[in-house]
Amino acid sequence: MTDTLTPVLSANWGDERAWTLAAYTERGGYQGLTKALAMEPDAIINEVKESGLRGRGGAGFPTGMKWGFIPQDNPNPKYLVVNADESEPGTCKDIPLMMANPHVLVEGVIIASRAIRANYAFIYVRGEVLHVIRRLRAAVREAYEAGHLGKDIHGSGYDLDLVIHAGAGAYICGEETALLDSLEGRRGQPRLRPPFPAVAGLYASPTVVNNVESVASVPGIILGGADWFGSMGTEKSRGHGIFSLSGHVAKPGQYEAPFGITLRELLDLGGGMRPGSELKFWTPGGSSTPILTAEHLDVPLDFEAVGAAGSMLGTRALQIFDQTTSVVRAVLRWTEFYKHESCGKCTPCREGTWWLAQTLRRMDQGKGQPGDIELLLDLCDNILGRAFCALGDGATSPITSAIEYFREEFEASMTTPSWELFPPSASTLFAKEGV
Amino acid sequence: MTVTEPDNAQATPVELVALTIDDVEVSVPKGTLVIRAAEVIGTEVPRFCDHPLLAPVGACRQCLVEVPDAGNGRPMPKPQASCTLEVAPGMVVRTQLTSDVAAKAQEGILEFLLANHPLDCPVCDKGGECPLQNQSLSHGHAESRFIETKRLFAKPLSLSANVLLDRERCVLCQRCTRFQSEIAGDPFIALLERGAQQQIGIAEGVPFGSYFSGNTIQICPVGALTSEDYRFRSRPFDLVSVPSIAEHDACGAAIRVDYRRGKVMRRLAGDDPEVNEEWITDKDRFAFTWSRQEDRLTTPLVRNQQTGELEPSSWPGALAVAARGLASAAGKAVLTGGRLTAEDAYAYAKFARVALGTNNIDFRSRAMSKEETDFLGAKVAGTPVTVSYADLEAASTVVLVGLEPEDEAGTLFLRLRKAATQFGVKVVAISSHTTRGLKKVNAELIATVPGEEPAALEALELDSSAVILAGERLATVAGALSAVAAKSEATGARFAWVPRRAGDRSALDAGCLPTLLPGGRPVSLADARADIAAAWNVPNVPDTAGLDTDAIIAAATAGELGALVIGGVELADLADPAAARAAIEAVGFVVSLEVRQSEVTELADVVLPVAPPAEKAGTFVNWEGRHRRFEKVLAESAALPDVRVLAGIAEELGRPIGIKTTDQAASELAELNDWDGKRAAFRSRKQSAAKPVAKKVVVSTWKQLIDGGRGQDGAEAYSATARSSVLRASAQTLTTFGVEPGAEATVTGPAGSVAFVAEVADLPDGVVWLPSNSGVNLGAVVGVGHGGKVTLAGGKA
Repeated sequence: MTDTLTPVLSANWGDERAWTLAAYTERGGYQGLTKALAMEPDAIINEVKESGLRGRGGAGFPTGMKWGFIPQDNPNPKYLVVNADESEPGTCKDIPLMMANPHVLVEGVIIASRAIRANYAFIYVRGEVLHVIRRLRAAVREAYEAGHLGKDIHGSGYDLDLVIHAGAGAYICGEETALLDSLEGRRGQPRLRPPFPAVAGLYASPTVVNNVESVASVPGIILGGADWFGSMGTEKSRGHGIFSLSGHVAKPGQYEAPFGITLRELLDLGGGMRPGSELKFWTPGGSSTPILTAEHLDVPLDFEAVGAAGSMLGTRALQIFDQTTSVVRAVLRWTEFYKHESCGKCTPCREGTWWLAQTLRRMDQGKGQPGDIELLLDLCDNILGRAFCALGDGATSPITSAIEYFREEFEASMTTPSWELFPPSASTLFAKEGV
Repeated sequence: MTVTEPDNAQATPVELVALTIDDVEVSVPKGTLVIRAAEVIGTEVPRFCDHPLLAPVGACRQCLVEVPDAGNGRPMPKPQASCTLEVAPGMVVRTQLTSDVAAKAQEGILEFLLANHPLDCPVCDKGGECPLQNQSLSHGHAESRFIETKRLFAKPLSLSANVLLDRERCVLCQRCTRFQSEIAGDPFIALLERGAQQQIGIAEGVPFGSYFSGNTIQICPVGALTSEDYRFRSRPFDLVSVPSIAEHDACGAAIRVDYRRGKVMRRLAGDDPEVNEEWITDKDRFAFTWSRQEDRLTTPLVRNQQTGELEPSSWPGALAVAARGLASAAGKAVLTGGRLTAEDAYAYAKFARVALGTNNIDFRSRAMSKEETDFLGAKVAGTPVTVSYADLEAASTVVLVGLEPEDEAGTLFLRLRKAATQFGVKVVAISSHTTRGLKKVNAELIATVPGEEPAALEALELDSSAVILAGERLATVAGALSAVAAKSEATGARFAWVPRRAGDRSALDAGCLPTLLPGGRPVSLADARADIAAAWNVPNVPDTAGLDTDAIIAAATAGELGALVIGGVELADLADPAAARAAIEAVGFVVSLEVRQSEVTELADVVLPVAPPAEKAGTFVNWEGRHRRFEKVLAESAALPDVRVLAGIAEELGRPIGIKTTDQAASELAELNDWDGKRAAFRSRKQSAAKPVAKKVVVSTWKQLIDGGRGQDGAEAYSATARSSVLRASAQTLTTFGVEPGAEATVTGPAGSVAFVAEVADLPDGVVWLPSNSGVNLGAVVGVGHGGKVTLAGGKA
């Protein structure tokens, strides 16, 4: 277990014009590609399998195994789709990565596509981040001009076209099958599984859908080797990952560190909580992961340990809240988000979030009624595991976990509005009083 | 709600999977969904989005069950939607009956569904037959815990002139959108917005213009979709439901007729897996008010010889006058139209031979030919089913010739679409252009100039697993039916004759042709005549072939017919309506059996009111040759079927036909059996040599489903969903004749001119397509039919 940062994807973020091909190449960029082009596709898959790289989009499914699921005897074309629809509240790792270091993603895409024998790849970027889309498109253009993309890449006989696709701003399109529907030009709603995308994904053809950070980690694995990658992190959660520290901390930002680092260590690295504040609760991986409290400061941030602590590692979006924060209000805000973003396909998520948000709004206003807490828990029980996709489950996590740790605040909502108990001004970054 | 029986009629052995549901072991075919496996043991898992004929979607989550063992010894961690879960060997399933988890999950979903539902059951059309209402009672909480604000929508929202949407009632199960995209192929409705604002809608300016839109109303599990015609008209529990058969085309679709106090309130699709599955056309569903228009005949009418006016008469008086007129006339003939039941058609056939002593009888109130007469007699009349709906799914190729199924046989169209999209059947269309309907069955077009269908068919490579569907307008193309017969003989491909009317095949089989006696017995064969004479207990039947429709009209015009009995013929349907009118005027004595006043009744000497299908029992023989028996719907109606009226005239004539009721006619017809003796030989005809006429274009035409036909009278909202009436031609043709696409073009024929908006389509040069009866009756106004020639010019005449 190491306690130092391991900048790999973020190593060049401070470089002059780090996003350009020249700057990236200067630092040794695209050497992974050169190496990969000399490898058999199956050897690339094996190397990634060996590395223990697990999906960085939150679920942690082994990336190499996912690539291995692609049926190579299927006569249809194979596709690689990069999920860059980063929309989870609190999650902010892929967008800065693509902004500062787009070429590591492009290089990863080429290597991953070659591994699964895809000749077309897509990066599906959420539509709101136009600056990132421009930057990616510029990087792709540079890569074409340098011969990294296109026909017969560097004489290898391998062809790849990469398309940057702008989404239209729907959280659901981060769900991989909804993303595929959206990419096909349809309404973004999750598909019935099976068939899984590996068998019938984009245009009913074998498709790998990977997170940005997963794909961006591939060039390093190819160049540095599985052992190098595995030297970081814990036994089952290997490698480096970007931890996004936000909220009431002294120095919010991206901290690239080995899996298994603790929040306490990260807070130390980030200068601690903001002056005069103490940790009240936090999310380990965005708003869909049950919240944790100060008692979990020493939980190793890997898939297993966070799971054992009753939450999920998710996207390592560490939202830090101090004692000025009303849990009820925070949960209401998240629930409003889920209500707004529910795609509407299935009943529990569509109707449940509509209901939960209204009940929480009442409670936030101090108009809670006896039985509301039990009602919230029961509604969450009727959504969790009953929805069509995981987004419904995610909507219940903040509520059930908040009631678990801060039930008294929900009880207080029967009589007192949250703004009286926790004046919102005190929670702002610029608050002078109340902290 | 829809509960299906498992299909036990599988011929090939199916692999069975054994699983346990609620501690009951059950074996079902591999691939069965758990929700349907549960039905096998009599357990109904509540559901909304699930529909056995639509692809699983798993959207509503109502059918959640617990799966303690997925068949691999491990439990599934979450409750599973039983409508998307396939059975697995050794699987253990617990439904709401044995699992608290499943029961709570289902109750929870129902509570969610009702959270935003208006609960306006007392004023909702669906109240009383509503799956949401029923399942709330059987599986839900009595009280809702929802005290927050419901979402509101403006309502109703017109999806089309006929289909209205109440977005507040909608539970977003997507049955309607899935039906439209999967079954009908008209995805004009779709989900819009998201979350609780998600709703069904149409694209701006593109209404829900599907011929099958009414099915969405029927499969809606709540009262969200309603029809303009039926909304707020009645409550399900006030209705009496009677199964019946649709009378608007030759498909024989099963329907359910709901009536109240002697008045049909609505019609629904019946469930007949062999024929229409659970779908019908909008015409079958909405066009039922035609028989209760103000011009409905309620009493016999006899023409006063002094005033020349038709005056009400008693039945005995009218029958006596009819008999006297017929008895004294020299030269008699019978035109029966194509809308009769088999029993009534048989009564006409027998009446002509026994009471009038003539073979002058023809059911074809449309363009016909001698080639068709021979073809039908030799190859179709009184033959068993050789091509069925199910056969279309198993065929390698289905060839459409002279037939536009979406317009002319909607039920057949849907089955053809299923064959093409689900079973990969190749559809080849010998037609003038790629219509919307042909696109939806992925048809390969063999673009053909009207008149050249025989050559196109000749050139096709077919094998014995192909099926040829020949439409009735081939009667107007010399050599076309000969080519169908020849192709079938040469390749072993089966064919079916697909007429347009519900009673065409019934009339053919009943002997309403000048060359045919009932059961396909040729008039020309002595043993066939003897067979019938014996059955009818008469010394003989007329032994010479009678006059066909064209010859009857010609003879009438020439003053050679003394009397004419006409049942259910619209003059506008005949090849030359003006000539037909003149012909009838020239006949000395005309007896008309009709439901409503018509051009024929206005010319008749005696008018005898008869019952429309809803007011009598009978049988339609559909294009397959399948007998579709239906019972009388409006029990209170005293209207008489044609058979009873004809029996009355025959009695008065002193030459009784021996049958007075539909049941008697049916049993006599059944006893006759189909003719198993020799048939008249079929003499093959050749295609006419193409004679291009300078400065003229050839007309391709057929009737659109929703058109000006009188069978749709009174169904205004339905009629408003008709497709627009356009002229289609190739860009080259339009240019040649100085017509701007999108602008008006005028066609001129022997009878006159008419203007249509021109549209470019993939027709062969020198051909225009026009609708036969959409706003303008082409035969009457222009004087042409399919294959006719007209001049074409830009602008409005």
